[in-house]
Amino acid sequence: MLTYLLKRLTSLVISLLVASLVIFLVVEVAPGDPASFMLGLNAQPDTVAALRAELGLDVPKFARYFAWLSGMISGDFGMSYTYRTPVAQMIADRFWVSMPLALMALALSTLIAFPAGLFAAARRGSAGDMGVMGATQLGVAIPNFWFAMMLVLVFAINLRWFSAGGFPGWDDPLLALKALTLPAIALALPQAAILTRVMRSALLDILGEDFMRTARAKGLSARQAIWRHGLRNALIPVLTIIGLQFSFLLAGAIIIEQVFFLPGLGRLVFQAITQRDLIVVESVVMLLVFAVIVVNFAVDLAYAAVDPRLRART
Amino acid sequence: MTGSAPSATPMLILDGVNVAIFGKTILKDVSLTLRRKEILALTGESGSGKSMTALAVMGLLPGRMRATGTLRLDGADLLSRTEAQMCRIRGNEIGMVFQEPMTALNPVQTIGDQVAETILIHSAADRRAARTRAAEVLARVGLPQDRFPLGRYPHELSGGQRQRVVIAMAIALRPKLLIADEPTTALDVTTQAQILDLLKSLVREEGMALLMITHDLAVVSDMADRIAVMQHGKVVETGPTCQLFARMEHPYTRQLFAASGHRVSLPPQPSAARPLLEVHSVSRDYPLPRRIPFAPRKTFRAVDNVSFTMRQGDRVGLVGESGCGKSTLTRAILGLEPVQEGQIALDGAPVFSHGRPNPEVRRKMQVVFQDPYGSFNPRHKVGKLISEPFHLLPTKPDTSERRDRIAQALSAVGLSPDDADKYIHAFSGGQRQRIAIARALIIRPELIIFDEAVSALDVRVRAQILDLMADLSRQYRLSYLFISHDLSVVRTITDRVLVMQNGEIVEDGPTGQVYTNPQHPYTRQLLDAAPRLPDITPEMLHVPA
Repeated sequence: MLTYLLKRLTSLVISLLVASLVIFLVVEVAPGDPASFMLGLNAQPDTVAALRAELGLDVPKFARYFAWLSGMISGDFGMSYTYRTPVAQMIADRFWVSMPLALMALALSTLIAFPAGLFAAARRGSAGDMGVMGATQLGVAIPNFWFAMMLVLVFAINLRWFSAGGFPGWDDPLLALKALTLPAIALALPQAAILTRVMRSALLDILGEDFMRTARAKGLSARQAIWRHGLRNALIPVLTIIGLQFSFLLAGAIIIEQVFFLPGLGRLVFQAITQRDLIVVESVVMLLVFAVIVVNFAVDLAYAAVDPRLRART
Repeated sequence: MTGSAPSATPMLILDGVNVAIFGKTILKDVSLTLRRKEILALTGESGSGKSMTALAVMGLLPGRMRATGTLRLDGADLLSRTEAQMCRIRGNEIGMVFQEPMTALNPVQTIGDQVAETILIHSAADRRAARTRAAEVLARVGLPQDRFPLGRYPHELSGGQRQRVVIAMAIALRPKLLIADEPTTALDVTTQAQILDLLKSLVREEGMALLMITHDLAVVSDMADRIAVMQHGKVVETGPTCQLFARMEHPYTRQLFAASGHRVSLPPQPSAARPLLEVHSVSRDYPLPRRIPFAPRKTFRAVDNVSFTMRQGDRVGLVGESGCGKSTLTRAILGLEPVQEGQIALDGAPVFSHGRPNPEVRRKMQVVFQDPYGSFNPRHKVGKLISEPFHLLPTKPDTSERRDRIAQALSAVGLSPDDADKYIHAFSGGQRQRIAIARALIIRPELIIFDEAVSALDVRVRAQILDLMADLSRQYRLSYLFISHDLSVVRTITDRVLVMQNGEIVEDGPTGQVYTNPQHPYTRQLLDAAPRLPDITPEMLHVPA
């Protein structure tokens, strides 16, 4: 188990270093001068020179990379060129919107998908199964921004249970959670549909396994056999999908954030790109990469917890 | 045979049991009785209804199949039980052991938990007592706690050990009836002998009744008090073992018996032929996974300093238990993988050169695999499937020659040239193996490798394929390497045999001599462990056409 952990940690650190190098190369070393790119076509030469000095572009590339890396490790992401505020602070504010939103959406989709997948697999071919499968078909097909607008129409405008958008901050956690509820539902719906299908097919595969027959021969009922022997074995493919979905939910919520006027990471990147604020783009991308890699690490640990064979193989 | 006398009253009675689905008869009028301390063997070929009979007793028939008739366990009618009541009987009064020990256990649960579950599910004891009993019963089946603690996972055990765990699960609550469905078919002969001994002693000492399902008549004759032979869902003959073998009243029984011990007549070996395959001090290492990141890799030597020469027209057998290196050696001979030491040459040319199989040599070698179902692409027609080796030829035959050679190859293996336009799913297992042989023959290779080529076949089909191989040897002067774990088959189809253990060839000699006078202790152990058919008298073998 320890070697497994060690190996995963090594690969985590290596992936992070490689990712940082790639991002750095793409943004700063790629042909073209970042400073003149940020200032646009009509910039004065002296303004460009000033910005170059400010960005530290006159120092050698290696030194710049290490300065950037060590800055990030110590929490200094640099200054946003457009807003003139520390990038770290900007990201932190947005992160506390995007992260809880992603977690809520993930929790929701898992809570829907597990029972739905179990139900459908246990009653394969029945009307219930077909109902669930039809619903997931619909869930995958509906665009989530449209679904988000429908939610706003019904729950914010007609029923007035929720506000139609905006984020009040975490001063009142209940109010904050309430503001995130509709976006989380809108985000969770297609994910839940996909996860339900994965859960169902993973369980159906397991149901055909020999050890499920052994379980029945021991005297377990069909339902007990699924619970005790099927579920854990079906978790591996499901965990893989959950890991992928989390990364997507964290970074890919951009449209939903726009619909609900949420100050999240997606919107931040979007704005930074339109304003050519490379420092912000670079930092947010690195943060997202970090999140994805850490989530993958967590999924790897979860695999090992579920499956003893992975622990042994190291 | 168990030795002690079975009790008089039947423990299990099947009387006129029928199972049908969509008008298709699965079981027809099956009647059997089984007493305490008795072993009843249910035998027959695949699809004869052996397993379905067992599943009917368990109440675990697949899909919507229902059994009708009378099915009594210790006087109680099983067919009128509800599903909930059957759940209380399964695992408690009836235990069942399955064929595939590698997959019959839940891979993510410890063996202790899985054995204890049988006890807990029937509320026979609290958690601690259940684990104590689990340890006890695992020790009973030969997995003592000091070497096999309850916390072991299935993947840490060998096939035979896993089968012991499955048996422990089945007998944890001392059921009245134990059903074993081909419990040793997937195991090596020495392991098979141990598991059969274990089952026999369980019947004798725990007083169970054992319903044993097997296709292997040699196992049956050694094991059972009584035998029931099944064909097409019916019991065609039943009786005490000795009596049944002595009389064999039903022609099907006689056919099965004859096919089980089938001997072919090989044409004489050509004398003073040139060397064909030369394997010279070959070793093959596999890297093992690193224990610690970046540490140097250790290696596992799967084939260790193996040397032998096959001459043209030689028919050589390679036997050994799983994991002994047979398959690794086969892959090396086929030039699919590089070897770490030594050389392999066919007709003087290396089989593997410049980091890839040598195409010059590859067209002189063909292989027939075990699985007649998995080794064909289901989307291609037979004609295309068997003409695939043409890719190996420097000049590919034109359309008409191609058609002729396909027709020729199909006729050679006893099929019709018209079969070239059919898809593979239209053929039975035996026919598919004929097609596999046709595919191997089509470019007239110098050497054919049969890798467990008859192991998945029913005995009567196996006998036919062996006859076909003998015929083809006569017509084409085949040279082949016949790899198998089945000693009786190797005996009849080869002139010379190599015995492999832990990557080494421990014995190499003329087949008859190795079988009658084995030199190496391992060869003796293998031959002793192999179950034998009872002696055959000529009148027993008389099979009406």
